[in-house]
Amino acid sequence: MAKAASSSIKKRGRLFGESCIITWLMACAGISLVTTAAIIGILLKESFVFFENVSPLEFFFGTSWVPILQPSSFGVLPLLWGTLQVTIGAAIIAIPLGLACAIYLSEYASPKMRTYIKPLLELLAGIPTVVYGYFALTFVTPVLRSIFPDVQVFNALSAAIVVGIMILPMIATLSDNALRAVPDSLRQGAYALGATSFEVTTKVVVPAGLSGVMASFLLAISRAIGETMAVTIAAGQTPNLSLSMFESIQTMTAYIVQVSLGDTPTGGIAYQTLFAVGALLFAITLVINIFSQLILNRYREVYD
Amino acid sequence: MADLAIQGKAKSMNAESDSKAIAALNLDNVSISYSDTPAVKNVSCRFLRKKITSIIGPSGCGKSTLLRSLNRMNDFIDGVSLEGRIMFGEEDLYGPDVDSVEVRRRIGMVFQKPNPFPKSIYNNIAWGPSINGYEDSMDELVERSLKQAALWEEVKDRLHDSALNLSGGQQQRLCIARALAMEPEILLMDEPCSALDPISTAHIEDLMFELKTRYTIIIVTHNMQQASRISDYTAFMELGHLIEFGDTEQVFTKPGKKRTEEYVTGRFG
Repeated sequence: MAKAASSSIKKRGRLFGESCIITWLMACAGISLVTTAAIIGILLKESFVFFENVSPLEFFFGTSWVPILQPSSFGVLPLLWGTLQVTIGAAIIAIPLGLACAIYLSEYASPKMRTYIKPLLELLAGIPTVVYGYFALTFVTPVLRSIFPDVQVFNALSAAIVVGIMILPMIATLSDNALRAVPDSLRQGAYALGATSFEVTTKVVVPAGLSGVMASFLLAISRAIGETMAVTIAAGQTPNLSLSMFESIQTMTAYIVQVSLGDTPTGGIAYQTLFAVGALLFAITLVINIFSQLILNRYREVYD
Repeated sequence: MADLAIQGKAKSMNAESDSKAIAALNLDNVSISYSDTPAVKNVSCRFLRKKITSIIGPSGCGKSTLLRSLNRMNDFIDGVSLEGRIMFGEEDLYGPDVDSVEVRRRIGMVFQKPNPFPKSIYNNIAWGPSINGYEDSMDELVERSLKQAALWEEVKDRLHDSALNLSGGQQQRLCIARALAMEPEILLMDEPCSALDPISTAHIEDLMFELKTRYTIIIVTHNMQQASRISDYTAFMELGHLIEFGDTEQVFTKPGKKRTEEYVTGRFG
């Protein structure tokens, strides 16, 4: 060993092995980049084909979505509205509950309590979304119908409720992290001024961690917008611009499922709507994710 | 020699009148432990009104623990228990029907590291009084508190800037102003200058001289020069025991205990 080490300081085989490994790791990292680029490329290319046939004006401002039957009409607003209904409903449910849960976990729960609740939340996050869909259809909707008789079998409300439950763990976990990142010295300072736990939490800790909390809301909302299986099962397949949450609707994602699963011929205009709707969906979630990233970056600056 | 004798006599008279002065806090056989590890053992002493008392001692001697027990900041640490009694005026600080929030309203605290809220300078001061239902002019209170903390001149034109843009020394004076805005009866300071440069430290020491005309101050410090400069009384602690408590000058020049002498002359610690 000593002899080999002292014989030469020239490059030997292991350096070659080292560079192979680096190349391999880079290639792995590159796959995600290439995939993203390819998806964006295809979305854009096919969307262009779509917009050659349908004017963007009709797509963005038309109020009727009849892509397959004749006479066809390509106004995306009913799908966008369906997505919004489910997302807003889910946010109304998940934001207060998730934030309350995060506040409890970070400010009040004993370490022992945390060790019970955290895994439960992760379990909730791990339930397959198709299960949520059937939970909505076979449990939530019947309950809703027993309270409000005019609720349809497929309806936006039960989809909103289960999506809300679905994104709750995300808000709770991310907000909990944000609140726990608030330095303890701030809490102590506030307590030393004669504040109660509730005042410390609501007036010092939450404002100090607000950007992280807001980012968790946005990420959860973006998840709700992209949610597919549960809303397809629970909310139905009826593009609908109605204000009522009791009626069947169709979200952008549910539409994509419908067309992807059906026997829509490749290359037709109905086929191309897939990409236009997909691109819109992608653009919306991308913008939201960028926003939450911007908010998070600002947050990091404050507490470095 | 004659001078010394007179000085000594004057001092003993001083001590006599002090013994009649009212204690802001009266500790009777106080022991504090974390889970089962004792941190403070059988401490009895009196902190007098409108005086500055320094608590000195090597790291881990229990001085911060003792200080934090005086406004029940130890309540937030799991497994802390306290035996003995701490009388705040006529009341037992740890009595069964004592509201610890009210205790902290009346006994303020400044921490080792400046910890301003991520709010404006103005709102840092106004926060405590506003949650406690302060009804007079908030502007006046903010100005008065900042003046008392000798920070007003430096910040009066940017009261609505973030407190986090202030320098460390300014932040610490802001934290003092924030504590003063509550008009506490006692101000506890836990090594308030340890994170500051000498100039900021001098600012804060000057400030403490001003403040002692109105407030009772108890300060934990690692810096023996600081203790001897600013305080009327000095307590020396080691391994949880209160070794010596007395007139600052006496503790530093004629300590009654061998360990105190060794510590204040820098032979250990």
